[in-house]
Amino acid sequence: MNEIAPMEQFSEKPVVEACARAPVGLLAELTHRCPLQCPYCSNPLELDRVNSELTTEQWQDVMRQAAELGILQIHLSGGEPTVRKDLEDIVEVAAKAGLYTNLITAGVTLTRDRLKRLKELGLDHVQLSIQDVDDANAEKISAYKNGLAKKREVGKWVRELEMPLTINAPIHRLNIENLPNIIDFAVEMGAGRIEVANIQYYAWALKNRAALMPTRAQVLKSAEIVEEAKQRLKGVMVFDFVVPDYYAKTPKPCMGGWGRGVMNVTPQGRVLPCHASESVPGLVFDNVKDRRLADIWLNGQAFQKYRGTSWMKEPCRSCPRAELDFGGCRCQAMAFTGDAANTDPACKLSPYHEAFVAAAERESAEATPPPFIYRRMSPTKATPTG
Amino acid sequence: MTTDATRTRVMVVPASKPALPPHIKLRHDPGRGRWHVLAPERVFEPDPIAIEILKRCNGATSVEEIATELAKDYNAPLQEILADTISMLQELSDKGVIKAA
Repeated sequence: MNEIAPMEQFSEKPVVEACARAPVGLLAELTHRCPLQCPYCSNPLELDRVNSELTTEQWQDVMRQAAELGILQIHLSGGEPTVRKDLEDIVEVAAKAGLYTNLITAGVTLTRDRLKRLKELGLDHVQLSIQDVDDANAEKISAYKNGLAKKREVGKWVRELEMPLTINAPIHRLNIENLPNIIDFAVEMGAGRIEVANIQYYAWALKNRAALMPTRAQVLKSAEIVEEAKQRLKGVMVFDFVVPDYYAKTPKPCMGGWGRGVMNVTPQGRVLPCHASESVPGLVFDNVKDRRLADIWLNGQAFQKYRGTSWMKEPCRSCPRAELDFGGCRCQAMAFTGDAANTDPACKLSPYHEAFVAAAERESAEATPPPFIYRRMSPTKATPTG
Repeated sequence: MTTDATRTRVMVVPASKPALPPHIKLRHDPGRGRWHVLAPERVFEPDPIAIEILKRCNGATSVEEIATELAKDYNAPLQEILADTISMLQELSDKGVIKAA
């Protein structure tokens, strides 16, 4: 059976060609508000303000349009999606439209009653993130007190309500040594699935790279741990292992190819080919307030710009992997080489590859990493309503 | 926790009565003209045989009964179909797509 995994933006599997005309998944960033301040947050450095967020009706319309467009799965994310009081109203419409609904949550603002209600309204799956299974370390990473205890409680509710649970564990220098315990925690919580997700260095994580980057030896060890656990827990828990591409030789097929299977809607309604794509200059991001989702997907400038392979330069253009990894990640190419059309520096064929690897090796070898720059709303620059 | 008792790998045998758990959805997608299995952060595209097997995973029909029906429909030897069905369902069970009680 073929498997297409819309959210597995880093998987090595080739993407199924027949689905290229309609996206499979939509990441709905309902809000950028979050009680946690994790230094590797995937949200942009410039966060959308609460008063600029789409309204309930606008999000509901996005859900209906998504189903019409052929999207199969909706990932309700943020920020922390449960800080929106109308999450129930959005889930209800999404489920009624026939979408498979996935809640991506840190859990700390959830109550059992709310979760029960969400289930009744059709929520299909809960993905709960953890920072670490060590209380003090979890607190240090998230800048949030007693988060882990709350997450244990949420995990228990999810299972009591007989909902499927995924534990999402972002992995980095500060918790990589705890990986065996993190895996045990997920089993104990009754999770059917775990994401061992090495941090991908964009936005906040890129800002904090020197504080987060594990050593190559640590990464290799973690891969062994995952492989052993995968075998041991076959039929009990499914593993998704996201490798850190700084130590890779070939780039990840970011988003399964630009504008190919996934789209992202920001709290303000901007529609992006990936959550980090606002870091690429020269792209025009349409807003769901102005244009239909299907039109944006098919014709939007930002989606067309790096779709397919015709935009490629060498070494991508003649590369046999061009349609496997699509030249990797445009945002990483932009951040590291200054040109988003260059091959991803994670690729060994990139002239920037050596410097890219050297940066990871140098930073991870520092005995004392720099302090975290926590993810916060900037106090001075208010974003105008968009 | 309610799930502790089930936290071991389930082996699919001829007498197993497989079912799709509520959060796994076998759906026909009219836009793409094909069937999908929707699972947590996964979409599977079952081939025609897998679709026939999955449609029969109702928690009441045994693997042996499913294989017998398919052997008849496809005019194929039962033992071969049974072995293929078990191996497919084992793989799906390991991925959490079916529950084989």
